[in-house]
Amino acid sequence: MKEIDELNFPDDAHYSNDHEWARQEGETVVVGISDYAQDQLGDIVFVELPEKGSKLAQGEEFGSVESVKAVSELFTPVAGEVVEINAALEDSPELVNTHPYTDGWMLKVKPDSSDPLAKLMDRSTYVAMLKG
Amino acid sequence: MRYMPHTEAETKEMLAAVGVKEIEELFADIPADCRRTKPLDLHPALSEWELDRHMEKLADLTATAPHYTIFLGAGSYDHYIPETIKQLLRRGELYTAYTPYQPEVSQGTLQAIYEYQTLVCRLLGMEVANASMYDGASALAEALLMAIRTTKRKRVAISKAINPLYRRVIDTYLHPTGFELIELPHGNDGRTDLTAIAGQADLAAVALQSPNFFGCIEDLKSSEKIIHGDGTTLMITAFSEPLAFGLYEAPGRLGADIVCGEGQSLGIPRSFGGPGVGLFACRQKHVRSMPGRLVGRTVDIKGRRGFVLTLSTREQHIRRERATSNICTNQGLCALATAMYMASLGRTGLRQLARLNFDKAGYLKQALAEAGIDIPFSAPVFNEFVIRLPKKSSAIHQRLMEANIVAGLPLAEYYPELTDHYLICATETCSKNDMDELVKEVTR
Repeated sequence: MKEIDELNFPDDAHYSNDHEWARQEGETVVVGISDYAQDQLGDIVFVELPEKGSKLAQGEEFGSVESVKAVSELFTPVAGEVVEINAALEDSPELVNTHPYTDGWMLKVKPDSSDPLAKLMDRSTYVAMLKG
Repeated sequence: MRYMPHTEAETKEMLAAVGVKEIEELFADIPADCRRTKPLDLHPALSEWELDRHMEKLADLTATAPHYTIFLGAGSYDHYIPETIKQLLRRGELYTAYTPYQPEVSQGTLQAIYEYQTLVCRLLGMEVANASMYDGASALAEALLMAIRTTKRKRVAISKAINPLYRRVIDTYLHPTGFELIELPHGNDGRTDLTAIAGQADLAAVALQSPNFFGCIEDLKSSEKIIHGDGTTLMITAFSEPLAFGLYEAPGRLGADIVCGEGQSLGIPRSFGGPGVGLFACRQKHVRSMPGRLVGRTVDIKGRRGFVLTLSTREQHIRRERATSNICTNQGLCALATAMYMASLGRTGLRQLARLNFDKAGYLKQALAEAGIDIPFSAPVFNEFVIRLPKKSSAIHQRLMEANIVAGLPLAEYYPELTDHYLICATETCSKNDMDELVKEVTR
């Protein structure tokens, strides 16, 4: 596992306590797990995602990631309706390890609120939390 | 491992260490009215010689082969077990009931389980099999829970032609959890009548057994179309007798999503009903919802073949209350016996033996019919079939018992509407003489 300073946390994403990230892209919010989360989990072998059209509440479990040693639940950072899931993860779950913020995205959510990222942390707050 | 009881001195030492005076104090948390005040009313201990005689007397009260000719199957079947299997199973290094802890240290055990899984997949026509379950009944109950997990639905339908004892186990698993269970009746041919599921929305699974409890082969091909009609409901096919698939098409090739059942027939003695072994197999796409352990083949860093427990991240010891199922082990020794049995027979041997079983039961069924005994169900059978005796048949059953013939299982206890119906079984261990004798005695 890497030191916090070696990990990548883009400025354009917001972060949750459970290590999911969310990024506004037009009408939708893209969701994934942070570089810290994928680094902690190790080699990811399976990603279980909800069905398109599912309605998720903030903090609700939306799926799981399975690494060689553990299965961890995924929690919704932004309440809303799932409009798209990353189908590429079915055959290539390792994208979450290699590209957590780009090709390794998980959901696209149509948010319920007009300010969906308000309850999340920005980069510097998240990094401060990780450094404890 | 030797069993070493504690000496009085050791017990005292341990009690002192935890700071109590008497063992009784350790049970202080249990309410007084739940506790026994008097000692157990046990017979005084017998000497070894006396105990031997006592057990012999008990054994004399039991109807066992070869003193009795037994036409009982109903979920447990009498088959010849090759001596090679009995000898090999006695090897000390194979003697474990479970998948071992630190499993990868025991490569031989894992390889044996891997071979078992491969053979089970071939027999059942399925893509992936687990390391085995406790028995056929718990395997079927777990299959229903798996369907509930996979489909996220809460209702399941099961055939009433499934072994009634399995249905009791299913009820025990499902009832307290709030899932709804629908029972499907059997038709006049002895097969499940699926008309009741038409219009049933939201079924997680429909479970059939083939051969079913009456020995009848279900029409899986037509059933599959009905069950898969809504695109989500899973088809679970259990079986009473895996040997049937030496002759009949395996359920996996007929569209079943989960196939499970009792493997006792494959090299395990009947032993008054246990232990058995639950065979369990499913489609690859459902593997992450499958209960139980799974051995996989891989290579080590030097590229050498090795065996590992795989997908154990979903099991209880890692995932606690979020685990896929409560089973964290398998039926190691019995699974090994079935693997040895299947490997000993091979594909051709299995087919020949299945044919022999089919022919024996067919002969007996026809002989009874020709002697005027009613055969109520018209569906094809394997190994066993139902007969209807004249009214007040228990006298006939009793008379045969006195002639040292156990003439099948009275079905009225499990199916009140089937008074005077008996489930008769004939495997390769039945001689023509035995069967002719049954026909003669039953029609006397």
